[in-house]
Amino acid sequence: MKTYLPAKFIVERDSERCIQCQVCVNQCTFDTHYYDGEDDIVKNREENCAGCHRCMTFCPTGALTIRRNLLEYRENYNWRPEVIEDIIKQAETGGMLLTGMGDDKEHRIYWDHLVLNASQVTNPSIDPLREPMELATYLGSKPDRVELDAKGRLKTKLPPQVRLEVPVMFAAMSYGAVSLNVHHSLARAATEMDTLWNTGEGGLHPSLYKYGQNTIVQVASGRFGVHQEYLDAGRVVEIKIGQGAKPGIGGHLPGGKVSHEVSLTRMIPTGTDALSPAPQHDIYSIEDLSQLVYALKEATNYTKPISVKIAAVHNSAAIASGMVRAGADIIVLDGLRGSTGAAPKVIRDNVGIPIELALAAVDTRLRQEGIRNRASLVVSGGIRNSGDVAKAIALGADACYIGTAALVALGCSVCQQCHTGKCAWGICTTDLSLTKRINPDIGARRLANLLRGWSLELKDMLGGMGINALESLRGNRLALRGVGLNDNELEVLGVRVAGS
Amino acid sequence: MADTVTVEKKGTVARIDTSGVYYRQLNARMRELVADGVRKIELISVCGQRYIGTDLSKPVDIKITGTPGNDLGAFMLGPRITVHGNAQDGCGNTMDDGLIVIHGHAGDIIGLSARGGKIFIRDDVGYRAGIHMKEYGEKKPALVIGGTAQDFLGEYMAGGTLVLLGLNLEEGQHHRANFIGTGMHGGVIYIRGSVADYQLGQEVGVAGLKAEDKKLLGGLVGEYAGYFGADAARILDSDFIKIYPRFLRPYGRLYAH
Repeated sequence: MKTYLPAKFIVERDSERCIQCQVCVNQCTFDTHYYDGEDDIVKNREENCAGCHRCMTFCPTGALTIRRNLLEYRENYNWRPEVIEDIIKQAETGGMLLTGMGDDKEHRIYWDHLVLNASQVTNPSIDPLREPMELATYLGSKPDRVELDAKGRLKTKLPPQVRLEVPVMFAAMSYGAVSLNVHHSLARAATEMDTLWNTGEGGLHPSLYKYGQNTIVQVASGRFGVHQEYLDAGRVVEIKIGQGAKPGIGGHLPGGKVSHEVSLTRMIPTGTDALSPAPQHDIYSIEDLSQLVYALKEATNYTKPISVKIAAVHNSAAIASGMVRAGADIIVLDGLRGSTGAAPKVIRDNVGIPIELALAAVDTRLRQEGIRNRASLVVSGGIRNSGDVAKAIALGADACYIGTAALVALGCSVCQQCHTGKCAWGICTTDLSLTKRINPDIGARRLANLLRGWSLELKDMLGGMGINALESLRGNRLALRGVGLNDNELEVLGVRVAGS
Repeated sequence: MADTVTVEKKGTVARIDTSGVYYRQLNARMRELVADGVRKIELISVCGQRYIGTDLSKPVDIKITGTPGNDLGAFMLGPRITVHGNAQDGCGNTMDDGLIVIHGHAGDIIGLSARGGKIFIRDDVGYRAGIHMKEYGEKKPALVIGGTAQDFLGEYMAGGTLVLLGLNLEEGQHHRANFIGTGMHGGVIYIRGSVADYQLGQEVGVAGLKAEDKKLLGGLVGEYAGYFGADAARILDSDFIKIYPRFLRPYGRLYAH
């Protein structure tokens, strides 16, 4: 069938600069560039271009420019090019539209409507270059009260706690969705910066067990690669119920991505689809969740916090209350903008709620019920910079997960082709000729640099507010003001309007 | 509720009266005993204690009298559990290796996501038995059910062997389970007797048994007969069907890229 889909990008090749070296031909995984031997010239197939910028970045003479193909459809706010092209694609295939990364639509980004406070005159700011600043964060259930003995030592036995030097962790991205070199980069960076990375639901490669103290091992509906040694290896065990990019649905890692090495960690034969069912079939209620939480506590002899991750949805606050009562030590909320290696586009862009609202609602509810101390609260889904992190902490989060931001640090240009398995940056693929494009030494350096930069910025923001510990900002919504938000939004966020 | 767990211990054999003992105390005590070198544990008057056999990671023989609670042998690696009584839900959940033998019935999601080991249930099981069992290399879980099962038997099955014997069905009676093998993409199910087409998931096919099937089935039925005193030859002298996945990638054609 002839496709009616127009090219999304225009590839401009400056013929004066191009030296026919074919770097672009070799770097492109979407077959956009090709060498025409007859004419001795490199040419384009623009319709294949995904806009990933790999060729531009690596062109030694700067001969390439990739521009959006701004189709001159007749103006129509309702029938925008994306809408038209989605229909064309479905008319030609009859399938569910699949996509990668997170929701890219114009939903309000509340972080951009929240501003932080700073000290002026009446209380001094603190200079982080001169004074120690504390970002340390402890994840785990805190007791309702503590008892001290006569010498002031702690008598109460604390549930297991995990100390993070920076309140930013790497979000769950499974081996299979991303490459082993990405896992190595994440694991090494997490170890260097004393935070945690997350295996996702794909098991833990044998070469990564040595990073166990900085690893969150995930248990999801497919139970891939879950066994005693895996549970013992991790610092935290996370039950994944849902994911912000695709709340309510499962995951299908296509058989084509189940290579020999992936099959080794998932413990399924090479080439079979790795199907993660929509629900965990032993969890149909809060009571069932509690059963799995305690099964994992028993399996790890009460030595590790058990985390439970859900997608942020309408009733998150009530669900979170149930999760805490079910015994979760850490609650993870993944918002509307949470990313994925592959999800139906209609789900990614239409299901779930913004993380800012979910976070505020959950924190408020747990405080009202007097159980906020019983679980740490971690948020994810579109955290872009340290400003978002600071605002999340002020809204009530204990820590954040970053997924997309971490991948961007590794080279990802958010071209949303993760589901094709052809990632030209070698991140979201299991093709060995591509995965070697990520060098774990360099990858770990880039990730650790990112976290270092954010740490410095967080300390600067704290100092500016006149506080020297992140703990003093946590849940302190008076440090925030809203700009351009209506009364209902301000009420849910628990934040006053700027100027008040 | 008892604060301490009373243990009668002789060498490597221990016996615990579990009346009124909470599962956390019981399992903690069992971990200590196994760490001390105990290799045979007898639990009597068991009544609903969960997670028995989890986190022992040794080939311990555990004999249970009574009704163990949910998630018996969850994430289990190595123990051999025999229950004289019924088992509840989640028996063998994500089990890795070992053996569970139930002299009675068992509840829902028996053997959920099991990756190794064997489970034998003398009588019936509830819903979703063997759901998402998987195999890798030498590790192939087996679940043998002497009676019948409810809906979603072997759903999403990705590996291993599931046997449904229907020994307690009356003459002319059939298995009632629907959605058998829905989403199945690995492993094999053997059913004694027959099921109607409408009872099967769309992703499975039905075939007769070949020599290698008969060998696999014969071994498991022989083991079943050994545990429960049944006549293996008589069981095997019946019609069996084999249910197998038609696709390695059942949902490969759902998507547009």
